[in-house]
Formats: sequence, structure tokens, C-alpha cells
Amino acid sequence: MNPTKKSFFRRRLESDNSWGYAFIAVALVVFALFTAYPVASAFIISFQDYKPLGSTFIGFDNYAETFKDALFWKSIRNTIIYTILTVPVALLLSFAVAILILPLKKWMQTSFKAVYYLPAVASGVALSVVWLWIFDPMDTGIFNKLISLFGIGNQNWLGSSSTAMFSLVFMAWLSSHGTSIIIYLAALLGIDTSYYEAADLDGATFLQKLRYIVIPCLKPTTLFLLVTGVIGSFQVFQNAYLMTGGGPDNATTMVGLLIFNNAFKYFEFGKAAAQSLLLAGLIAVVALVQFKFFGKEVEY
Amino acid sequence: MSLYRNYPDRSKAKLFRNGTIIGLLLLFALATIFPIYFMVISSLGDPVEAGAMSYSLWPSKISFASYKFFFDYSEYSFRWLGNSLLVAGSVMISNVVFASMAGYAFSKIKFRGRAFLFTLLLVAMMIPYQVTQVPLYILIVNTFNLQNTYTALIVPGLVTVYNIFLSKQFMSSIPKEIIESAKMEGCNQFQIYLRIILPLSKTVLAVMAILTFMDSWNTFFWPFLVTNTMDMQTIQVGLKNFRFANTTFFAPMMAGATISALPMFILFFSLQRYFLEGVTVGAVKG
Repeated sequence: MNPTKKSFFRRRLESDNSWGYAFIAVALVVFALFTAYPVASAFIISFQDYKPLGSTFIGFDNYAETFKDALFWKSIRNTIIYTILTVPVALLLSFAVAILILPLKKWMQTSFKAVYYLPAVASGVALSVVWLWIFDPMDTGIFNKLISLFGIGNQNWLGSSSTAMFSLVFMAWLSSHGTSIIIYLAALLGIDTSYYEAADLDGATFLQKLRYIVIPCLKPTTLFLLVTGVIGSFQVFQNAYLMTGGGPDNATTMVGLLIFNNAFKYFEFGKAAAQSLLLAGLIAVVALVQFKFFGKEVEY
Repeated sequence: MSLYRNYPDRSKAKLFRNGTIIGLLLLFALATIFPIYFMVISSLGDPVEAGAMSYSLWPSKISFASYKFFFDYSEYSFRWLGNSLLVAGSVMISNVVFASMAGYAFSKIKFRGRAFLFTLLLVAMMIPYQVTQVPLYILIVNTFNLQNTYTALIVPGLVTVYNIFLSKQFMSSIPKEIIESAKMEGCNQFQIYLRIILPLSKTVLAVMAILTFMDSWNTFFWPFLVTNTMDMQTIQVGLKNFRFANTTFFAPMMAGATISALPMFILFFSLQRYFLEGVTVGAVKG
């Protein structure tokens, strides 16, 4: 190797630019291929009547058809109902549990955190198998046995359009809240104790401290959990797919499931792409609204 | 001086208060882990059709016949576990390597376009996966013709934006003086990464490895979409197919569910600290 070439090579190596690109190269290629390209491609497909061999551009037809589709609006309604019934309850439950865990000894805190986290470790498929049997419509089913204690008769939980949505919601209530509990607890432990000292001097009660210290201090945490919870809930469809298939009578068809069915059951890729972009838009709007409404006094 | 009133140790009032709290927490804990308890207990029953049995919350006897029934269903049932292990293992290793490299670059190396590229990644993280799912499927199956291969199962998850973000967040907190003095000593960027950054980031990398492995092991839809023969399926897809083929066999279904979840339970109980830490590593700063 001649000396000038070597020094050129060395200089290249010492420049931070080349090192930077070398370090992110693989990540960037993976990102470009499997995230950036698909997103761009989704926009194009959404204006096409997609066929593996030769698609045709059809303008806004996929969007127009979607807006006229009663099932699309029903799936949006179902998604919103599911979100309203699950996310606030999950927040409330994890907040209450975090408050209750707080005064306990360290090892007890850890044990409870582990127990509440545990269901998140099991796969969605495994849990759906279990819950299918818990909701067994026969009178031997666990859930039917439980309500018979209160004198309520047998229900066809997942098979009747009046109870199917509730069954999925109930499953979400009893699923893992470990993540939010741990996040709330970390935030609780981060509250400056001098606030409590001042409150004690004024003779504040437990509830007053909760109302005037804890809840305001935890507002950023609550906002974070609310926004991520709602975003997650808008995309949820695995349980609906595995437990009810969206039925009966589309009572549990969420937007995510509708998109999945359009794409991989009816192979209407164009329509599915259009609907997925509408979902992305909807999620962005809902997230922004939440920041506007609840984020005013939150400091970052 | 805290949210709760300070009682003297061992006072009756404190015992009563903590007793009530623990009671409430235990009640909620029971409700939370009931499905898992029910799954494990029921899997120990005999593999008879559901009509002939009733569910009990206490095992009358312990039998592993239902596990045998599950494994006998398909000649590939052990391979499903192997496939899951291979896919989750590969995805985990490549994420730890490439996400930590990218995280180091984004936090400590100055290069042109860094801020722009990182913002691009963050924006992409907010796009729901439904948007990328269809084009990704077309790309892998129609364009690359990779249907039913390990490549198709592994490649889309090689590095996730979330993991890049996680390691960037952590590595930003490493003091730059350490890196500068290493440069003075004549280390190049790769040596700095290997000898200084990686050892200092052990915890966050362990968290990343575990959570990535678990996510990949539990993934259902992607393997469901890109595999079409039993020998290429992962355990989650296999379990779902078993369920559809044997709708009335209650105990074997529970055995299958237990098998799919058991490796994660073992992982969780042996590495609990990292799981619980992992939750706050990503969230508190975000």
C-alpha cells in the first residue's frame, strides 16, 4: 500500500462522520427496508386496486369506499367503546395498587410487582386459550359458575352480541397491569418528601395529601400512561381475533381486526392500506387532543 | 414524613393498616394470576373430551398424559419450540449488537445528519404497525419470495427502533470525559464501543435482550402470516392450530398453552430483576 493512500485511509477512519455511519449502517438498512419503505408503499397501495401482477391506480376510491362502509364505522365505534371501558379502569386500578404497595417493605413491594407483572410474560395465544374456557358457555364454565353464586343464569359470554364485548373488556381488566403499576410506583417514590412534611405541619389528612400532592405530582405519569394506553388500545385486535373472530355479528370487530381481515382474508390490500392510514391519522389526532386537554399544566 | 402516617413499629394500628393493605393486594393478585393458575392446574388432567369432565380448581390427580397428547398431535411439535428458540434467539442477539451500536452512534458520535435521522426514527415509532403490516407482507412474500423461511421470520425484527431509542437514552448518561480520554490513549471508535461502552451498558443490554426475546417468542401474527407448513411454524402458531383442530380437548389445550408459556415463566423468575427494571428504563424518560 503506498503511503499517501494509507494516510487517506487513516484520515477517513478517524473522521467521526464515517464512524457514525458505520455504526448505524445495519440499523439504517433494516429501518429503510422494513419500516420506511413499507410506510411509503402503504400510501401508494392505498390509491391502488392492488393485484400481485399489475395494480391499477384508482385515486381515492379505497378511501371513499371505506367512508361508505357501515362496518368501518362500527369497528371504529367498537374500538372507542373498548378503549373507554379499558384504559381508564386500568389507570385507576394501577394507581390504587401503587398507592397501596407504597408503605410496604421493599421485598414485599418486589413480590407484588412480580405477581402483577406475571401475566404479561405469557403469550397472548396461551392466555386466549385459557380465557376461552373461563368463558365456556356451559354451566360448568368457570365464569358461569361464579355468577350463579349471585343468582344469575347461564350466559353465552363470547357467543352473544350483548356480552361478547364485555367479555373482552373483562379480560383486559384482569390482564397484567404490572407495567403501569411499576411506573406509578417509581413516580410515587420520586415525590419530594418535603411536600408531605409541610402538609403534616398543616395537619393534612391522608386524602388531602392524595388530592393536593400525589395527584398533581403524578400528572405527567398519568398523561404518559393515558396516551400510550389509548394508542395501544386503538391497535388492539389479537384477543378479538383469537377469541371471537370479531363476531358475533361484528360486535367485537375492532379497526385493527377489520384491516387484518381486509388484507389477509379478502386480499383487498388497497382497502386495508387506506384504512390503516386512516387509523394512523385517528391515533395522531386522539393523542394530540389528549396532550391539549390534559397536558396544559404538565412540565417536561 | 410520608404519604402515610408514621406509626411506631409493631404498634397495633400499623399492623392493622398493613394487614388490610396486604389483604386487598392479595385479593387483586389472586384475580390477576387466576388464569395462569387455572391453565397450569388444568393441564395436569386427563386428555378426555370436555363433555365428559367438569373443571375443578384443585387437581384430583396429577397426570402428564395431556402433555403427551399435545406433543403427539404433530410430528413437528418439538420443532415448534426449536423454531421459536431459533427465531427469538437470533432476533435477540442482532438487536443487542446493532441497537447498541446505533445507540452509541446516536448518543456519542457526531456525524452529519444525526439529529435528522434520529428524529425520523422517533416519528416512525408512532406509526401503528397496521400501516407497515400489509406492505411488509408484500415485500417479504411477493417481492423477495421468502415465504416459509427462517429469514422471513427473523429479518423484519433484526433491529427495532425502540431498542435503538432505549440504548441511546442510556448511553447519553455515560460521561463524555471517559470517551475523550480513551481517544487520547489512541482508541478508535470501535475499541471505545467494545471496551468501554459495552461493559458500562451491561444492565440496559440485559434488559433489552430479555424483553426482545420475550416479545419475539410471544409474537403470533407475523409467523402466522409468513409460514404455511407445520415444520416452519413457531410454538404460538402451532398452539393456535392445535386449538382449532381439537376444540373439545380441554386439558391438552391447557398443556399446550403451558408449554408455550413455561420458558418465559422460567426466564421471568430467574431474571426477575431485569424484567421489572426494564419497565422503568424505557418509560420514565420517555
